[in-house]
Amino acid sequence: MAYQTSIWPIAAVMISLLGAIPILLSGRQPNLREGWTLVIAVGKFLLIASMLPAVLAGGGFVFTLAEVLPGVPIQLRVDAMGMFFALVASFLWIFTSIYSIGYMRSLEEHGQTRYFASFAVAISATIGVAFSANLFTLYLFYEMLSLSTYPLVTHEQNAEARASGRKYLTYILGTSIGFALPAMLLTYSLAGTLDFTSGGILVGKADAATLTLLLILFVFGFAKAGIMPFHGWLPAAMVAPTPVSSFLHGVAVVKVGVFSILRVVFHIFGPDLLGEFHLGTALTVLASITIIVASLVALTQDNLKRRLAYSTIGQLSYMVLGAGMLTAAGMTGGMLHIAMHAFGKITLFLCAGAIYVASHKKYISQMDGLGRKMPVTYTAFLLGSLSIIGMPPLGGFISKWNLVIGAVDGGSLLLLLVLLVSSLLNAAYFLPIVYRGFFAASPEGAEAEGIKEAPLLCVIPLSVTALGSLALFFFPDTFLQLVRLTLFP
Amino acid sequence: MTSNLHMYVMVLPLFGALLVSLFGRINRRAILPLTLVSLALSALASLGVMQSVLQHGSFSYTVGNWQPPFGIELVVDHLSAMMLVLISWVALLATFSSLKSVARDLEGREYQFFTLYLILIAGLHGLVLTGDAFNLYVLLEITSITTYGLIAMGRGRAPLSSFNYIIMGSLGACFYLLGVGYLYILTGTLNMADIARILPTVTGEVATATAFGFMLVGLLIKMAFFPLHGWLPHAYSDAPTGAGVLAAPLMTKVTVYLMIRVMFSIFTVDSPLIQDAGVQNLIVWVASFAIIIASVLALGQKDFRRMLTYIIVAEVGYMVGGAWLANAQGLTGTILHIVNDALMTLCLFLAAAAISYRIGGLGLERMTGLYRKMPITMAAFTLGAFSMIGVPPTCGFFSKWYLILGGIEAGQYSFVVALVFSSLVNAVLFFRIIEIAYFRLDGNGHDHAPVKVEEAPMMMLQPLVVVAILLLAVGFGTGPLIDHVIRFTLPGVF
Repeated sequence: MAYQTSIWPIAAVMISLLGAIPILLSGRQPNLREGWTLVIAVGKFLLIASMLPAVLAGGGFVFTLAEVLPGVPIQLRVDAMGMFFALVASFLWIFTSIYSIGYMRSLEEHGQTRYFASFAVAISATIGVAFSANLFTLYLFYEMLSLSTYPLVTHEQNAEARASGRKYLTYILGTSIGFALPAMLLTYSLAGTLDFTSGGILVGKADAATLTLLLILFVFGFAKAGIMPFHGWLPAAMVAPTPVSSFLHGVAVVKVGVFSILRVVFHIFGPDLLGEFHLGTALTVLASITIIVASLVALTQDNLKRRLAYSTIGQLSYMVLGAGMLTAAGMTGGMLHIAMHAFGKITLFLCAGAIYVASHKKYISQMDGLGRKMPVTYTAFLLGSLSIIGMPPLGGFISKWNLVIGAVDGGSLLLLLVLLVSSLLNAAYFLPIVYRGFFAASPEGAEAEGIKEAPLLCVIPLSVTALGSLALFFFPDTFLQLVRLTLFP
Repeated sequence: MTSNLHMYVMVLPLFGALLVSLFGRINRRAILPLTLVSLALSALASLGVMQSVLQHGSFSYTVGNWQPPFGIELVVDHLSAMMLVLISWVALLATFSSLKSVARDLEGREYQFFTLYLILIAGLHGLVLTGDAFNLYVLLEITSITTYGLIAMGRGRAPLSSFNYIIMGSLGACFYLLGVGYLYILTGTLNMADIARILPTVTGEVATATAFGFMLVGLLIKMAFFPLHGWLPHAYSDAPTGAGVLAAPLMTKVTVYLMIRVMFSIFTVDSPLIQDAGVQNLIVWVASFAIIIASVLALGQKDFRRMLTYIIVAEVGYMVGGAWLANAQGLTGTILHIVNDALMTLCLFLAAAAISYRIGGLGLERMTGLYRKMPITMAAFTLGAFSMIGVPPTCGFFSKWYLILGGIEAGQYSFVVALVFSSLVNAVLFFRIIEIAYFRLDGNGHDHAPVKVEEAPMMMLQPLVVVAILLLAVGFGTGPLIDHVIRFTLPGVF
């Protein structure tokens, strides 16, 4: 594959990082500040999309920022895998920005300047992770994302939010410093490089025990992926304002975790090496446990956002499960699920936020009959749930179908069972919410509350992402092509 | 090629001290220009020295043209040139802040303070330059005695802390001197290069080992290596703010430099003492232990500056352990960490100085809401904190990278674990402060009214901002720094 040197990768990463400066400076003029947010969001997406044709043609772009360590520069590289993730994240980021403005203004939140500035840094870091050319650069942006999202989690500043912020950092920073950093150094010490290379860099460099240790350190080190037992931060982070939960804890942060694990699996170890030492099984076992347990816990949650959080934990492990199958269809399904779940889950979170803005309700048990007053929101919620359950004609079907094929190809009945049971559990924790919204009797006195749809700035984004889930079923080609280029270069 | 620019680096602060003592006594307003001009010229000269070493390589210089082994020989190589630049620029930046804080804390005694202060800086330069083991002792005492004086001028129980330091410091100096005595008896010379040449030919391994042991332990006391660290937290937290910002970043780091000199310039890398696996293991184990204990002790502190002093003790463990890993990665990490830790410590001590200047104390509880009152100070503090934790691309990450890599290569996993542990503890330490200063509400709930910004005076703020930017610049410049400077300082066999 030919990579040409270009400033576009760094431009795509830096636009929102530099954009944080005008956002901070125009803190006193909210309209100007939000104008910047939108300009940057759209500009970022266009920059990334402009690189798509070259990547689809089998090429890519590279930019070296600094030669800091021997053989390990701070380097950005736009390849198919990075493009796949960057495209999803930057596209959804536009709608999250619009939604954020509607949400934060409706609730008259404090600290909005800090909020928008932190968000800008966070999206920069996310794209940085996507475009990292080596593990060190990825680690750099990974940490940047952890640190920039901390103020968003702690946004409320009350005791609960501060405690959640502490928990967030303890899990995320604790694992990345405690596990991922030593694993990265050990890899460097063994391989002498950290470049993402298809086929991996560790072939013939280490014995089975070392490889197993490395894999475990990486999987737990990237705790943003929420593999149990390092998942506890995600439900706690739900104290953040809903746009944060929807974008960061439905798309950017958690998928950065999964993306990092997949990068390590595909481009540090390489599927062949994992297959040779039967290490795929380690991944599938950890992922399966997380899927089942998280889905069961989700059933018990009455707080809507917490239920969504546990659902996310389960869904993230689908992606790791797919990668661990090490079959073509399985890895395809795992990677595709990044995009499919992103569209579905962000819709669900945006709906939860819209419900909160319109009615100030957080608990599912209070939401009886609400669907009749907010039909658009609830329809979007239905579409999002169906996609995540894996029903046609929604995007989630394609990734789950590939996962099922992958399990069959790998000859593992147990994995097939995990997939089927968890899909049932998904249905069991999502559909009752929709059912109660549309068909259950409203509680006494509900008519007097005068609840109606949330402001347009909230409703439009969630409708778009819901329709996006639908569109992905019919037009998955771009994403499929990127996955193919990643897995079979 | 020889130039004598390095003499100016050392002599200018000394000359400044003389002038401050003469004229500062008569007129307080003379102190500021005299101090700043002498240090600024010294800092510029240090860049010239670095430039010359980069172009022409290292050279030695005989003061007054008295030939060694009898005369005073100064050695300017990559390592000492780097230290000259580091010391002179850290001193210059620190001085802006201390001029401001001393003018308030020690009104009327500024000339005394700055006389000692400038002699201390000159002494540090001398330590770095000298090629003579006995002169090194003399200069070590000059820096120590000036520091005792500076600390004793501090608040509260400062005289007692200073006395405590005098006892320990003198012990360290005696140990070092005893070691030098043994070497003189064995080799008949005090010149480092001479000793290094003669030592392999002398018989008497026990005597050599004794000399080495005395010198090493003497320096370990001086650098506050656990468990010989007891004097440091009191001394540095009770010292006047203006002395802390100079002593904390430089003293321990220069002593680590001296340890490297003793290990590789007086003794040599292939000497059996340095290659002895038992000695290496012992020191690396104690260093790991030091890092862990000091980190835990830092957790218990309720005052920002005291917390920092325990972090310094932990960082000394980093550097000693790294040097004794006895491989290229470890020693690179140690030398890089000398630079990085000096800058990080300077950044945090300058932030502490700015904060205590404004709010009058450094109790963690008093820092509530500080981000809104002093946004620039706290932004710089945050960068310093990230560097201490080791978040890339701040410089602190890169030295940790090399240290851990060295630990892995040497198979010293206890050291790797200690480094990772201390990073985690630092994260807890600093995010505790960030949470208090940023996210804790001061009783009024979310008030949308903007808080009045009351930053520290410009003299304290500007150097702080410069250092904070340097943390990033040095981080990005790690590659060139190692390629052009540190690589040349490693002993050949590595």
